[in-house]
Amino acid sequence: MKAYNIIVLAKQVPDTRNVGKDAMKADGTINRAVLPAIFNPEDLNALEQALRIKDQFPESKINILTMGPGRAADIIREGLYRGADGGILLTDRAFAGSDTLATSYAIGQALKKMGKIDMIIAGRQAIDGDTAQVGPQVAEKLGMLQITYVEEVLEVTDKTVTVKRRLENGVETAKCPMPLVMTVNGSAPDCRARNAKRIMKFKKARTVTELQKENEDYTALYNEHPDLMIQEWTVNDIETDASQLGLTGSPTKVKTVENVVLQAKDSKVISAADDEIEAMMVELIKSHTIG
Amino acid sequence: MSSVFVYCEIEDGQVADVSQELLTKGRTLANELKCKLEAIAIGSKLDKVGDQIIPYGVDTLYIADDERLFPYQTLPHTSIVVNLFKEQKPQIALMGASSIGRDLGPRVSSALHSGLTADCTSLVIGDHYDKKQDKNYENLLYQIRPAFGGNIIATIINPDCRPQMATVREGVMKKEILDPKYKGKVVKLDVAKYVSDEDFVVEIIERHMEKSKVNVKGAPIVVAGGYGVGSKENFKLLYDLAEVLGGEVGASRAAVDSGLASHERQIGQTGITVRPKLYIACGISGQIQHRAGMEESAQIIAINTDPEAPINAIADYVITGDVAEVIPKMIKYYKKNSK
Repeated sequence: MKAYNIIVLAKQVPDTRNVGKDAMKADGTINRAVLPAIFNPEDLNALEQALRIKDQFPESKINILTMGPGRAADIIREGLYRGADGGILLTDRAFAGSDTLATSYAIGQALKKMGKIDMIIAGRQAIDGDTAQVGPQVAEKLGMLQITYVEEVLEVTDKTVTVKRRLENGVETAKCPMPLVMTVNGSAPDCRARNAKRIMKFKKARTVTELQKENEDYTALYNEHPDLMIQEWTVNDIETDASQLGLTGSPTKVKTVENVVLQAKDSKVISAADDEIEAMMVELIKSHTIG
Repeated sequence: MSSVFVYCEIEDGQVADVSQELLTKGRTLANELKCKLEAIAIGSKLDKVGDQIIPYGVDTLYIADDERLFPYQTLPHTSIVVNLFKEQKPQIALMGASSIGRDLGPRVSSALHSGLTADCTSLVIGDHYDKKQDKNYENLLYQIRPAFGGNIIATIINPDCRPQMATVREGVMKKEILDPKYKGKVVKLDVAKYVSDEDFVVEIIERHMEKSKVNVKGAPIVVAGGYGVGSKENFKLLYDLAEVLGGEVGASRAAVDSGLASHERQIGQTGITVRPKLYIACGISGQIQHRAGMEESAQIIAINTDPEAPINAIADYVITGDVAEVIPKMIKYYKKNSK
């Protein structure tokens, strides 16, 4: 039976789809505390594609790699609940301030330590930046082929993956050699739900830092179930060139960030009353805007 | 002075709209920087693309013509662009924020270790003073884009790495031919020198491209719905109004994400940009990313239950009310008065 080593790249993101009025502080910075942190939606689509490959080739292994602060361990637990075999949290202050290129470098260096990889699957883009850059940049850093906008993995054979891509003006079916990086579109099938048995099994999965914080002693449990230990890697666990990390390693710099100030137009404010709407429609017809 | 470079996308021998728009913008930037505008076209049977590209004021067009180079594939196109950029060292490189540009751009930026900013809504030349280094940078490309749920507008710069790369969505910039008789030179690249056979590893089995049947971009009237429309039933009212007025239906990202409308109708920074005669925003709060795609509309009507919705500030008519109540009345009084 064939088996593949699959890494899913996932990111914990603030839920920018539901940004409320209190999301911005008075000084114009973002109030991250009020935004719920979620599993980036398209990374869930990516996880589902990985799980489908594992359904077909059950000996395959799926590991999640996420980079972020300590609380991003939630992403790994969520992946475990849905069927991943394990995960690594890459976390260090040295990565703070990374743009997409410095992020890709750090992730690429971590991937180089993860053994022989057949497929790296990621969401097309993260909702907090919408850049769609990290997938292709990681592929380039590893010298791997990339295939973006994947909607469905059609066939996995010994050395190739055939995928359907959803492009803005159509679809394309492409057969690609492994190893490769795939980025998955939001139009791909949704991720399966958490599995109740897996929740029971993995709810005590923790990183070392979390165990220390919670002051829990799971030594006996972890000796029996080593897969409950979520691996936590810092900059010291991967080989890096400091000049390529974080703010220093980021070619793009944020020059200014401005709060959006609206230039108010001289608007006519009307109600839903019949006479007011009729008057507006008459005005628009007279000005040849409509009709 | 090194050039401004535009990567031109080509489908069926036609240069993509977004590339034509970027050539126009590229010419403006090149004028300001007093440098050349250059372009690259990669594909198959490109004999005639020069006639389409040079009139935008392109000084040098590089053509890589080989039957294996169409349709687009990541590795061969990346190799050509990277190797050409290593030779020509452009200061700025622009690409469409399309499924091609968003595949190619990051790959090129990673290979050259240069910064890339996605989905810019404005590109401006400006200076920058770095306090830490006490260093002044002149004539940088300001890559301006909304960020973080549209609550802020960020200006991004690449002080030290070249080229400064940016992608821009179709419709954001305007296209304008500079001079139909513009004199530019065409350089045909020796493809074998720029790309190796090993780059052609992907086999494209099937490809089905079609122009979208929905033409929101070209519609004179756009009736757009947001999350506030609430339901698919209410969204049908928008189609009714659009049909009566001879317009098209658009949507905000929130409406698309929640399944109320299809992706091709999404208006805003990560969707399409429209400039209709009349834009009717229904149940749209109006975050900056959405406004980036519609604020140049000639007239705007905002229908919202929230009198404080940000969209109201840019609207000509603000109707405080429920979409389900207001739209049927608009249809009724249009029909009554238009005869």
